[in-house]
Amino acid sequence: MTDKFEPLIIGFTCNWCSYRAADLAGTSRVKYPPNVRLMRLMCSGRMDPTFVLKALGGGADGVLITGCHPGECHYLEQNIKLLRRYKLLQRMLIQFGIEPQRVKLVWASAAEGVHLAREFTKMVEEVRALGPLNWNVPPESGRIEEGIKEGTYEQS
Amino acid sequence: MEIANSGFPVYLVEREPSIGGHMAKFDKTFPTLDCAACILTPKMVSVGIHPKITMLTCSEVEQVEGYVGNFTVTIRKKARYVKEDVCTGCGICEEKCPISVVDDVFDVGLGYRKAIYRPFAQAVPKYPVLDKENCTYFKQGKCKACQIFCPTSPNAIDFEQQDEIFQIEVGNIILATGYDLFDARRISQYGYGRLANVFTSLEFERLCNASGPTDGEIVLRDGVTEPKSVGIIHCVGSRDRHYNNYCSVICCMQSLKFAHLVKERIGAEVYNFYIDMRTAFKEYDEFYQRVLEEGVHFVRGRVAEVTDAAQQVGEEDKLIIQVEDTLMGGKQRRIPVDMVILATGLEPRHDSKEVANKFGISCSFNGWLTEKHPKLDPVATMTEGIFIAGCAQGPKDIPSSVSQGAAAAARVIGRIYQKELALEPIRAHVIEERCSGCRICNNVCPFNAIIFHENRLVTEINPALCQGCGTCVATCPSEAITGTQFNNQQVLAQLEGLLIVV
Repeated sequence: MTDKFEPLIIGFTCNWCSYRAADLAGTSRVKYPPNVRLMRLMCSGRMDPTFVLKALGGGADGVLITGCHPGECHYLEQNIKLLRRYKLLQRMLIQFGIEPQRVKLVWASAAEGVHLAREFTKMVEEVRALGPLNWNVPPESGRIEEGIKEGTYEQS
Repeated sequence: MEIANSGFPVYLVEREPSIGGHMAKFDKTFPTLDCAACILTPKMVSVGIHPKITMLTCSEVEQVEGYVGNFTVTIRKKARYVKEDVCTGCGICEEKCPISVVDDVFDVGLGYRKAIYRPFAQAVPKYPVLDKENCTYFKQGKCKACQIFCPTSPNAIDFEQQDEIFQIEVGNIILATGYDLFDARRISQYGYGRLANVFTSLEFERLCNASGPTDGEIVLRDGVTEPKSVGIIHCVGSRDRHYNNYCSVICCMQSLKFAHLVKERIGAEVYNFYIDMRTAFKEYDEFYQRVLEEGVHFVRGRVAEVTDAAQQVGEEDKLIIQVEDTLMGGKQRRIPVDMVILATGLEPRHDSKEVANKFGISCSFNGWLTEKHPKLDPVATMTEGIFIAGCAQGPKDIPSSVSQGAAAAARVIGRIYQKELALEPIRAHVIEERCSGCRICNNVCPFNAIIFHENRLVTEINPALCQGCGTCVATCPSEAITGTQFNNQQVLAQLEGLLIVV
């Protein structure tokens, strides 16, 4: 591959804040890299750590979790519960040998489209610097062929 | 009133001895300069005598259980030491009571009241309340002047009265808990509490109120001298990142009203120090134009300091307002005045977070109660059956508070008429066969939707209370909880789709 490495980042967004912030970024024509692919959950509290691991295992190079600012959760305090899980997950990632920077938590309110777009861009650059993950890729994923082709799969 | 007029019973729970709130303390209301008492007190009386309204004053909600249509509310009715069913409200006890104390609630520390008192003449209900802390009988075991002089039979004064705790069953709840005033002492450079003639906006309201402590005379703290010049400082505690970032909405208009009242009553020179004039809404800007024409001075700039340290001739015995006039190219000005009024901002009630917790709703970082949707649903909350109105939701003026109250009432009436309840389809439910009864999920729900059946050792989710956040779904270690639209399979299928290399 002659051009630079394009990481794939999965973003889990909260229906009430960051999903709308991303929407706002879109409607106000704020650009962010296409590497981030978003998924909507009703609340960041729905975030099961399994989803993060499945995403990383399925070929994602990074995962971005976004939720409402502490104290502004639509469901009172569920983002705080996510925060607890996130902290534990970070520890677990280290044990798995994955750079904890690959999973990031960002607070963004529905009005912070620009802020969120900036965070997306930052995250993409950070993961790009870390390089591809290619972690535990199951054979049916498309990423594996690409990995072998580029010779990166064997290294990791 | 709206709900009661539709024929449904209403319980009105009020913390203070009388209903009326802050508006009862005001003299005039902007922009029409209606007398606040003239428009408010007839309404208060109508509420007081309404057959469908049960008024519970001196009362607070202790606990809320249940869900929409089935709330059980525990109320503590504090002892008034006056029997409401006997008292005629004649006021003799108040006259005979030998103890006078500073009234720091209704008269914000400017006036006096007795140890047995009604907060103000038109209080509803009309029964007085005995202040246990200052009562001679409670302090020294004798006096009982109020009981001796009470003309009713049987005697209305009851020193043995205890707090009553009881439960009521309601279907919907409206929270209209109002606001607290920003404590101007926090901005020490404005000198409130240190310099005698610096007043807060509420103090000034009481000063110019004809039934207030000075009978409506605008005078300095000594009680006799009329000020010859008055400075009004806007945005005290609002629009300031050190205190509150938000705009308190009412202070610009309130300051204009003060400026007008000072001009009209005593003809003093008035200086307004503002950041921006915010006179949106009907007839507000017209009022601003009118005050401009009356010859009130407007200085755009944030006041740096209020001081009594005179530096120049003409500043002796005055309060000097140091300000940067941004319309004169940032020139530093020192303006000597006799009286300073601080247009103190609005803050959420000091206990709004506990109140929000009690009712299972959320409040913003500042403490204002959070509505379901900031534009499309400003009166409902995330908890079904609980509505908010007035300044509890955010700073607002009287017309907006009234509108929001009526809107909340309409929503409640609509709910009652519907008889059935339409809920959002996103809900979680427990697959009983899989539930191991570990109870891990029991503590994660902020809406108390998760119930544990001790007899069967399984958990169940009440669909009327569940809001569909999905936290319990993610928490369950045995995948026994599943959420409609966002179950694990659906989420993982989506994820798979996102991971396809393009």
